[in-house]
Amino acid sequence: MSAAYAHCVARESDTDWGGVRLHVVTGKGGTGKTTIAGALALALATDGRRVLLIEVEGRQGIAQLFDVPPLDHNDRRIASAPGGGEVFGNALDSEEALLEFLDMFYNMRRAGSALQKMGAIDFATTIAPGVRDVLLTGKTKEAVRRKSGDAYVYDAVVMDAPPTGRITRFLNVNSEIGDLAKTGPIRSQADAVMAVIASPATAVHVVTLLEEMPVQETGDAITELIEAGLPVGAIIVNQVRIPLLTEAEQAQATDHAIDLAQLAIDLESVGITATDSILTALGNQAADHAERVALEERERIVIAALDRPTYELPLRPDGIDPGILYDLAESLRDQGVA
Amino acid sequence: MNNAHAVVPKSPVFDVDAMLGDMTVRIIVCCGAGGVGKTTTAAALAVRAAEQGRKVVVLTIDPARRLAQSLGLGHLDNEPRPVVGIDGSGSLDAMMLDMKRTFDEFVEAAADPERAAAILANPFYQSLSSSFAGTQEYMAMEKLGQLRSSAVVDNRWDLIVVDTPPSRSALDFLDAPRRLGSFLDGRFIRLLAAPAKAGGRAYMRVLSAGFGVFTSVLSKILGGQVLTDVQQFVASIDTLFGGFRERADETYAMLKADDTAFVVVTAPERDALREAAYFVERLDGDEMPLAGLVLNRVASTEGLSIDAATATSAAARLTALGADTSAAVLRIHAQLVATQDRQRRLAERFTSAHRHVPIAVVPTMPADVTDLADLRAIGQALADG
Ligand SMILES: Nc1ncnc2c1ncn2[C@@H]1O[C@H](COP(=O)(O)OP(=O)(O)O)[C@@H](O)[C@H]1O
Ligand SMILES: Nc1ncnc2c1ncn2[C@@H]1O[C@H](COP(=O)(O)OP(=O)(O)O)[C@@H](O)[C@H]1O
Ligand SMILES: [Mg+2]
Ligand SMILES: [Mg+2]
Repeated sequence: MSAAYAHCVARESDTDWGGVRLHVVTGKGGTGKTTIAGALALALATDGRRVLLIEVEGRQGIAQLFDVPPLDHNDRRIASAPGGGEVFGNALDSEEALLEFLDMFYNMRRAGSALQKMGAIDFATTIAPGVRDVLLTGKTKEAVRRKSGDAYVYDAVVMDAPPTGRITRFLNVNSEIGDLAKTGPIRSQADAVMAVIASPATAVHVVTLLEEMPVQETGDAITELIEAGLPVGAIIVNQVRIPLLTEAEQAQATDHAIDLAQLAIDLESVGITATDSILTALGNQAADHAERVALEERERIVIAALDRPTYELPLRPDGIDPGILYDLAESLRDQGVA
Repeated sequence: MNNAHAVVPKSPVFDVDAMLGDMTVRIIVCCGAGGVGKTTTAAALAVRAAEQGRKVVVLTIDPARRLAQSLGLGHLDNEPRPVVGIDGSGSLDAMMLDMKRTFDEFVEAAADPERAAAILANPFYQSLSSSFAGTQEYMAMEKLGQLRSSAVVDNRWDLIVVDTPPSRSALDFLDAPRRLGSFLDGRFIRLLAAPAKAGGRAYMRVLSAGFGVFTSVLSKILGGQVLTDVQQFVASIDTLFGGFRERADETYAMLKADDTAFVVVTAPERDALREAAYFVERLDGDEMPLAGLVLNRVASTEGLSIDAATATSAAARLTALGADTSAAVLRIHAQLVATQDRQRRLAERFTSAHRHVPIAVVPTMPADVTDLADLRAIGQALADG
């Protein structure tokens, strides 16, 4: 066994999600699904692995995140990871998937293309949104399973998935197309998709902020996923602020009990002359800050009660760029995600 | 003008109280990207208008749970109910949109009971009314139309405030209903329902792949039952409405009337500001009346500003001196100032291209906005500009 190989095996069992090959990332809109999916893909690709990052909503969020040209339905290399790993990106296209489907099962690619030009394919997927979901999850499943020789082409697949409100319906294709197709290729496709998605090789991670609505939606989504028999993964708490106050200071600030006279003396000692209104404003800001921190603590308790492995990523004050994404990836690795 | 307005120093102040006090304004629509504070703003405007004496109804779409509770929106009966605790001579009714119910009622109002029951039981209708993209927007518009008629007919309200659905794109509120309308009234659906009526042979020739291929592909993808369901649905609604598209066009036209005011809500973030810019441009292009922009969740320093660099370096020296608490207080301030600086730069991208759009800046409150007192505080911040 080569040293490099030994290293890989060691890491595999080190991480919290060693057996998982499909990571689905959901969350309330705007919490950071796309950002986290990108960071997770980089984390999983570290040390010579190949990871595919998939988007399903046609927003080109991945291309923007990695600052690369728009993606299409062909896998394209979008980033390299530390230690020689590679991340590929793919923006799944349900119309294209449908044409492939017609081609594969009915040998009807030309008729399909003609219909597509008239907008009839779009019409078909609009009539039955479940079909679109089967096609998209079907392509994802296919990427998870794809092999070259004996080995999987991708060590892991990460999906930047629909938001919490739609995730269960989206993944639970079996029930979604329930009445649609009792037999035939769409049905077999749905069954094959469920065999992957509802297995321990998949984990659905939920991204949240320490705010009421996203935490609420996280709880609701986890309940729905469990009811549907889908494998819930981790909760990833994003945009966490670094604590600025000690516990004692937190209590003082909350009660507006910070010693403003002492503050004035301290400020004077570093050359800042503080008027009463400045002191009052500083005291108020500390109180507001403490209130926000207390609220975040309450949300943390709600999250803890959901009893899932939980990771935290810091709020980056200047926003996200491709460089910072590597920091987030490293932080995920440090916490044992990958 | 409040201190918070300093993040958009060159923009005129959006005079919210003037809008609320203008009796010719009878509909206020709050739009914007997801999560920026549309629902909060709609509720705060409604409370403030009511407490200034207007007879208000607010249509919310997706209020946060605790806000819903304090507005008495616990029961989902899809009808406005009085909000308890409003001061003054005005009144406030509130409701939360139930899109499926709105659609069902729309069908029940148009068809005799037997036919309505058949439509409601149709699987295609069920998926259309619960999970189609655009249905929520269509039904929000539909409900707005209903509220407007009852405002006019029995003089129940003199102001309707509407929240808009949580789509990623603010433009969806304007476009989704007509998109759904066109789909439902579109050529393909007509063709499925009654190939002969849809334009006969001439149309068949346009369909170069041929009608046979069309239905054969569809039934391969969807299964024969779905096509049957769609056909039955279309046949049963055919004679009921003037058409979905036409109806969507009518509500759209309503939004162009003089008594409507659009309030675009945004947060000081890149994506949200870009959405706001698209929306403002669209309103302008369609000659729809923009009242102003609400820049929500801005870091406020109450006018005080020790600049971030000075505060940070002073904090470091205080830590060295062992004055930890004072250092922490300064760091909190430094963080706030740094955030405000970033927000000012981000907002400038919007304001430099849209100099004349009046803006009301609302600070980030230390906690979520959950009750009438919080809504009053937001309303006050809105009125302060
Ligand atoms: N940890 C973070 N620190 C700072 N900004 C963040 C962080 N995570 C996400 N963001 C920013 O928040 C916004 C929403 O993130 P995004 O990944 O697009 O969310 P979603 O895909 O859930 O809508 C983006 O502007 C992104 O840059
Ligand atoms: N100015 C504000 N300060 C603090 N929290 C706010 C503010 N505006 C909105 N919020 C909170 O942000 C969350 C999202 O607001 P909401 O109005 O529901 O947004 P939208 O309707 O645009 O999705 C809610 O929890 C709300 O309490
Ligand atoms: Mg995204
Ligand atoms: Mg809302």
